[in-house]
Amino acid sequence: MVPLSYYLVLSGILFACGVTGFLIKRNIITIFMSIELMLNGVNLSFVAFAAQWGKLSGQIFVFFVMVVAAAEAAVGLAIIIAVYRTRETLNVDQVNLLKL
Amino acid sequence: MPDNYFARYLPLLIHFLLAGALASAIVLLSWLIGYRKPTRAKLSPYECGMVPVGDARQRFSVKFYLVAMMFIIFDVEAVFLYPWAVVLRQLKMFGFWEMLVYVGIVLVGFFYVWKKGVLDWGKATSARRGEV
Amino acid sequence: MNGAAQVTPQAVEYIRILPEIVLTIFGIIIMMLDPLMDERRSQRTLGAVGLVGALAAIVATLYQSQYPGVGFWGMVNVDSFSVFFHFLVTAVTAVVILTSYEYMEVQQIRAGEYYGLILFGAVGMCLMSSAVELVLIFIALEISSISTYILAGFRRRAAISSESSVKYFLLGSFATAFFLYGVALMFGATGSTSIAVIGQVLASGQPPVLAYVGIALMFVGLGFKVAAAPFHVWTPDVYEGAPAPIVGFMSTAPKAAVFAVLLRILFEAHAPGRLWLIWVVAALSMTLGNIGALVQDNVKRLLAYSSIAHAGYLLVAFAALPANGIPAAMFYTASYAAMNVGAFAVVSHLASAGERYVTMEDYAGLGRRSPLLAATLTIFLLSLIGIPATGGFFAKFYVFSAALQANLVGLVIIGVLNSAVGAYYYLRVIVVMYMREARQEVPVSPVPLGLGVALAISAVATIYLGVLPGRVLEYATRSAGDLLR
Repeated sequence: MVPLSYYLVLSGILFACGVTGFLIKRNIITIFMSIELMLNGVNLSFVAFAAQWGKLSGQIFVFFVMVVAAAEAAVGLAIIIAVYRTRETLNVDQVNLLKL
Repeated sequence: MPDNYFARYLPLLIHFLLAGALASAIVLLSWLIGYRKPTRAKLSPYECGMVPVGDARQRFSVKFYLVAMMFIIFDVEAVFLYPWAVVLRQLKMFGFWEMLVYVGIVLVGFFYVWKKGVLDWGKATSARRGEV
Repeated sequence: MNGAAQVTPQAVEYIRILPEIVLTIFGIIIMMLDPLMDERRSQRTLGAVGLVGALAAIVATLYQSQYPGVGFWGMVNVDSFSVFFHFLVTAVTAVVILTSYEYMEVQQIRAGEYYGLILFGAVGMCLMSSAVELVLIFIALEISSISTYILAGFRRRAAISSESSVKYFLLGSFATAFFLYGVALMFGATGSTSIAVIGQVLASGQPPVLAYVGIALMFVGLGFKVAAAPFHVWTPDVYEGAPAPIVGFMSTAPKAAVFAVLLRILFEAHAPGRLWLIWVVAALSMTLGNIGALVQDNVKRLLAYSSIAHAGYLLVAFAALPANGIPAAMFYTASYAAMNVGAFAVVSHLASAGERYVTMEDYAGLGRRSPLLAATLTIFLLSLIGIPATGGFFAKFYVFSAALQANLVGLVIIGVLNSAVGAYYYLRVIVVMYMREARQEVPVSPVPLGLGVALAISAVATIYLGVLPGRVLEYATRSAGDLLR
């Protein structure tokens, strides 16, 4: 058996990759993909913990997360299209009518 | 423990290596000893036997986006049917009705999408109300 | 709890999610009617359906309160705590729909799904307040968040609206991922996602390190949603770009629901190591919110920073002892909802087409041109300051006295100093309204019936909480007892 910690480290790395991508990428689509990566990292640790505790519920949660992520993706892409229609760009540095 | 675990997958690794070696050997051999006589027709990209029109990297209509989004949603929603099907017998009629409610709600979404003209490829209606 | 044996839920368990069912049904009705009706005339009808839905949900909540208990295999728990937040969310929903009626017409937004999305969002918020299972909380959080992401971008022609929507969406999903990671680690640490079981496991021995990390990640995720510093950067931008009634909605109802979740997780699960974390976040939110608001010229941005500050005041109650802190926090969410929804209703009326008039300058001379409207806004602003005889006063009073009883003198001093700073910028709006003459004439249209009712409800609620806080506080104290039992 691969020990639990391997999975957890991998899921932590995936999550960290997502966070890094979110922070340093400039294209909205890429940022959004980073968020998906974070969610998938979480999914991995859900499955790993489900195996550790011998509880199926952890795997069912992954289904829920996937469905929610899909709904989020659909809404997100629609919003991104709306931004593109008004601004003609997807670079976060140029989507700047509202200053931070 | 890990040694043992990975050892079990050794045949798979050998399989991968063999498959890769065979595939590259065939490609390499045909490249080495093959007989080449390029013509214009042979060099053009294959596109279902039609004469290619323009570059493949052109912009697509935003409608493809909409269809893709619809696909994501309706595709992923079906995932709940699998665990449900596994335990359907234990859930008895309650499980049946519950899934009927769920599918009903998904169908309402479908009805909405349909009536809004998202699935409509004709210009007339979708231009008016096809926005998301 | 007794899930293994019992497969079919009893009828009473459906009553325990009745408000959610009602809201969903009305949302679906709107969704099906919208494409069938003529776009130009459907707005009023669909708005009316939405309003009826929200009112029906209030009735359902009252009915539900007679059937407390756990339902659906320990997923939802109806107690007086959840009923309180159900009532709050559905009431805010009704008031926001009343406000939107006129707004949508003036802004010429023709989209019936607007009301449907408000109702669906309310479903998520209601579910959040009664959910006692972390994955259900996650799903409810997403239902409410996804609806509000879309609602924030509803002024489709305005670039800043879609921009605010995309910002809200990206940062909101980012926060959700953090929350979810926290849930996963909590599941790993305790082997369960039921808050009650987690509480038992954590109380039974030395909590594992994983639980600390999990609770911290969950707190980060929820902190984003309530706009607590240092996770607040999105708030001013999103609030400036989103439609004004929606800002009133998303600065109150989802926040109340998230605070309900926080209360449940932190107190019912006996979450480890919560105190200093909350102390820091509360102090930072109050200070950064108030300092940020001082320099704002746009009223929507000003109220956005003020909402950050108020999240900070509210978190002070979380640092206090549960027996005092929970009722204080509940009272605060209620009175904040009343005054903030009202303030944004006034803002959305004055904004007129394209949200042109939202700067401080445009409010000059309002006291002369529209005395009643100015007086109403003054009530809300005074309550936001925390002047006696308004809900805001008792809210702050209870929170600070709860903190004092827990010996959090430092935090209370920071809070009181911040309230003084806060008074400055709210008073600035009042002064501008009454003392300054308008440089250019900003048109003020007469208040329509729907908006009038919305304003009246908010104003009466604000004053009621300020004059007779006893009943609400007593109810909140009882709910706290329910929660801690």
